[in-house]
Amino acid sequence: MDLYQEIILEHAKRPHHAGLRDPFNAQVHHVNPTCGDEVTLRVQLSGEGRSAVIADLSYDAVGCSISTASTSVLTDEVIGYSVEQALSTFVAVRRMLTSKGADSGDEDEIGDGVAFAGVSKYPARVKCALLGWVAFTDALTQAGIDISATSAITSNTISSNTISSNTMENS
Amino acid sequence: MSDVALARAFTAQESAAIRGDFAILARSVRGGKPLVYLDSGATSHKPRQVLDAERAFYEWHNSAVHRGAHQLAEEATDAFESARETVARFIGAKTREVVFTKNATEALNLVTYAFSNAAAAGAMDGVEPALAARFALGEGDEIVITEMEHHANLIPWQELARRTGATLRWIGVTDDGRLDLGDLETVITDRTKVVAFTHVSNVLGTINPVAAIVDRARAVGALTVLDACQSVPHMAVDVVDLGVDFLAFSGHKMLGPMGVGVLWGRYELLAAMPPFLTGGSMIEVVRMEGSTYADPPQRFEAGVPMAAQAVGLAAACDYLTALGMPRVTAHEHALTEALLAGLAQRPWVRVVGPVDGKDRSGAVAFVVDGIHPHDVGQILDDAGVAVRVGHHCAWPLHRRMNLTATTRASFAAYNTVAEVEALLTALDRVPVVFGTEV
Repeated sequence: MDLYQEIILEHAKRPHHAGLRDPFNAQVHHVNPTCGDEVTLRVQLSGEGRSAVIADLSYDAVGCSISTASTSVLTDEVIGYSVEQALSTFVAVRRMLTSKGADSGDEDEIGDGVAFAGVSKYPARVKCALLGWVAFTDALTQAGIDISATSAITSNTISSNTISSNTMENS
Repeated sequence: MSDVALARAFTAQESAAIRGDFAILARSVRGGKPLVYLDSGATSHKPRQVLDAERAFYEWHNSAVHRGAHQLAEEATDAFESARETVARFIGAKTREVVFTKNATEALNLVTYAFSNAAAAGAMDGVEPALAARFALGEGDEIVITEMEHHANLIPWQELARRTGATLRWIGVTDDGRLDLGDLETVITDRTKVVAFTHVSNVLGTINPVAAIVDRARAVGALTVLDACQSVPHMAVDVVDLGVDFLAFSGHKMLGPMGVGVLWGRYELLAAMPPFLTGGSMIEVVRMEGSTYADPPQRFEAGVPMAAQAVGLAAACDYLTALGMPRVTAHEHALTEALLAGLAQRPWVRVVGPVDGKDRSGAVAFVVDGIHPHDVGQILDDAGVAVRVGHHCAWPLHRRMNLTATTRASFAAYNTVAEVEALLTALDRVPVVFGTEV
């Protein structure tokens, strides 16, 4: 099974940048209603608009190895980068995760994110991998960043309501 | 219960014959692995006899029931009403006390809406005041449920409380997964108008002591509603013996089709209740100024009903009756005991719920130390073993057990001890993959 890459298990065991830290511009709380997984995530920006730099991204998460590792990779891939760069990484990760195995991801673009390529073959797990990423884009919005252009770019793949639209099994 | 004690699990030969009726059990998954389906608590598979019955209805009798005077309409109506008789017989009920709904969730909502609709002007006209009073709910009144309810028997009562101003209370759950009946007298009081609880927990497998709760509810004059989704498919259920006032279950968990469920209720109560969904079929006389409604069960079956599914459900009842419910119970009990024994040998697994087979059904939830249930389920799935992971629509119960999620295996008559072994073997890969070997 190609789902549990060593790199995912490593991130899951020792998640990077874990814990909630001050200061922060915005805090969000996202839940996956199917399984009850939760993430509280804080973003701290330095600068204005899409050129602002993500100074810190801290979080407290309860979740499976996929969601924990994905949030850990998220922090590696966006802290220290501009909002513009972070959103383009998000788009690339999301494109890969929703490709049903067609897009294996570009390591230059998404770093350790490529380890999650196998997740795209398991539709029920895509939302696990996206939990932290979607929370991150929500936190940016809460912090006053306009991410609508990002949604437009990817409107043909998946929207940020994936989490809720994927919960139909949750009777 | 003595016949259950005497009943035997199915022999290998009998098991093979039963499995032969379920085409889906012969398929493979995840690259050629034989399907090991241990998720019947979510939905069961359907034997050829059920599918044939549905197909025969559509191919030979199809027509809108309770409408038209042509031959097909008569035959379809007859098939639908015969299905009602069969289902009624299966649970020891009178035929006119069986209402077909789209699922158990709708059946439970139907009861909750009887309470709130009863408050509308004129809704209870003609109903004997003492009977009407049983459905009157407002501030100061209390609704009692339990902390182990499936959301289907929880949210409708929360909503009813919100609509009426009544207070929702609940019976707690002990650490070992049983209802805390020490609270019974303090939770169910003179203020209680209705007590709704599950017969068997869909997560823990606990079989609840119906008689003790019904006795207390009766003593205070409260109505009782039993969620029998996880009992009717697995044990002989007799509504008269249980002594409850309402009972709900779904077809698809008991080898029947999706899209059909059942509400059983005492006739005098059904007859007092205002309708839930309204429209065609459920009426008596319709005038522009206002209308009157049919007697139960038609009063609660607005629109063209799911006749083919009801026919399929009746075939499922016949199928289970032919297997013999005591033997189904005995067989699933043997599987449950085998799984509990296997899990007990693995110190890194903890069963959530009763750890022995006493007063317990074949839903077995467990957690693996340090590994999220989604990951456990994924490893099992990779071996072709289908289980449920998550909170199983019982989020407050998980919270009570200090868990966000569990892995749950659940059985039906077609499962085998070999499948329990397949689950255990696949489970042994979990600590290997995640490097938590001790």
